[in-house]
Amino acid sequence: MGKRLVAIVPAWNESRAIGEVVDEIRDHDSTIDVVVIDDASTDDTAEIAELHGAIVLRLPFNIGIGGAVQTGFRFARDEGYDAAVRLDGDGQHPASEIPKLLAPVEAGEADLVIGSRFVDPAGTYRPPFARRIGIRVFARLVSLLGGQHVTDTTSGFVAFDRAGIELFAAEFPHDYPEVEATLVALRSGLRVTQVQVEMRERTTGSSSITFVRSLYYIVKVMLSLLVASLRRYPRLQGARQ
Amino acid sequence: MTPVRVSVIGAMASVLLVLVVLELVRGRRLKERYALLWLATGVVLLVLSVWRGGLNTIAGWLGVTSYPPAVLFAVATLFILLVLLHYSTVISKLTDENVDLAQRIALLEERVSRMRTRAD
Repeated sequence: MGKRLVAIVPAWNESRAIGEVVDEIRDHDSTIDVVVIDDASTDDTAEIAELHGAIVLRLPFNIGIGGAVQTGFRFARDEGYDAAVRLDGDGQHPASEIPKLLAPVEAGEADLVIGSRFVDPAGTYRPPFARRIGIRVFARLVSLLGGQHVTDTTSGFVAFDRAGIELFAAEFPHDYPEVEATLVALRSGLRVTQVQVEMRERTTGSSSITFVRSLYYIVKVMLSLLVASLRRYPRLQGARQ
Repeated sequence: MTPVRVSVIGAMASVLLVLVVLELVRGRRLKERYALLWLATGVVLLVLSVWRGGLNTIAGWLGVTSYPPAVLFAVATLFILLVLLHYSTVISKLTDENVDLAQRIALLEERVSRMRTRAD
C-alpha cells in the first residue's frame, strides 16, 4: 500500500470555484482524498464540494481560516494520513504543482514544504508593491527568528508529512495563521524546505486582506511572531536536531 | 485629610457594589468564580473609604499630599483594570474552547454521515 494522501482545502463562500478546485485535484491524482472544510459558508460551497466527490467537514459557525485549516489537520491525524497538501479553495493553487510540493516529503527529506513564489528570482509572480514589502519583511523576520532562510511565509500552498500533520493538528495559529505557523514549525524542529511554484491569479473572490484589515494583519502577525519566539516548543521526535 | 463627604459616598458606593454582586450571585446570574474580584474591589474600596487615617498614610507613602482621595480613585482604577484583564483571559479561553468544539462537531458529523452511508 502506498502513502495515503489528503488535500486540505479550507473554503468560505467559494461556491463558484470549489467544484473546479476539487475536480482538478482528483483529475490530477485520484489517490488523493480531498477534504474541504466549509467554514460556515452562507452559499452552497459544502454541497457543491460534496457533489464533486470531496469529503466535507462542516463547521457549525465561522471560526476563521486558521481554525478551518486545523480542522483538516485533525481529520488527517485521526484518519491516519501519511502526508497532506493544503491549498486554497479559490483556485489560486494549481493541482499540477502538487507533485513538486510532495516530492521532498515523499523522499523523507522534509516535514513541511512551502510552495513559494519567490525561490526562483525568475519567477513570474510580481505582487503589488505594498504586499511585496510585507511578504519580504515577514520572510526576513521568520528567517531570523526561526534560524532558517525562507522566502514566502504567507503562502497557503504547503505540504506536510506525518510530523507536520501532528504538530498542526495539536497547535495551529488562528487569525492569519501562515506566517506564525512557519515559525512554529521551525521552532519545533520540523525540517522545512521550500520549492518554487506557480500560482494563478484568483478567479473569484478577493484576498481576505483588504486595505482596512492590513494594519490589523501586520500588528497581529508581528505580535504573534514576538510571542512565538518567546514561547518554548517541544522538539518533535524524529525532527532535525 | 479626606473630606468626610467623600468618605461617606465612597463607603456607600462600595457597599452597594458588594450588595449588587452578592445579589447577582444569589440569582445565579454571576458565577462565584467571577464574583471574587468584584467583591475584593468592593471590600478594599470600603476599607479605604472608612479607614480615613489609613488612606492618609498610604497617600503620604505615595507622595500624594494635596488630596488623599486621589488614592481611592487610583485603587479603584487598578481593580477595574484587573477585572478587565481577567475577563480578557476568560474570553480567550472561551474562544479556544469554542473553536475546539466547532472542530469536533465538524469531524464527528462527517464521521457519523460516513458510518450511516456505510450502514445503508
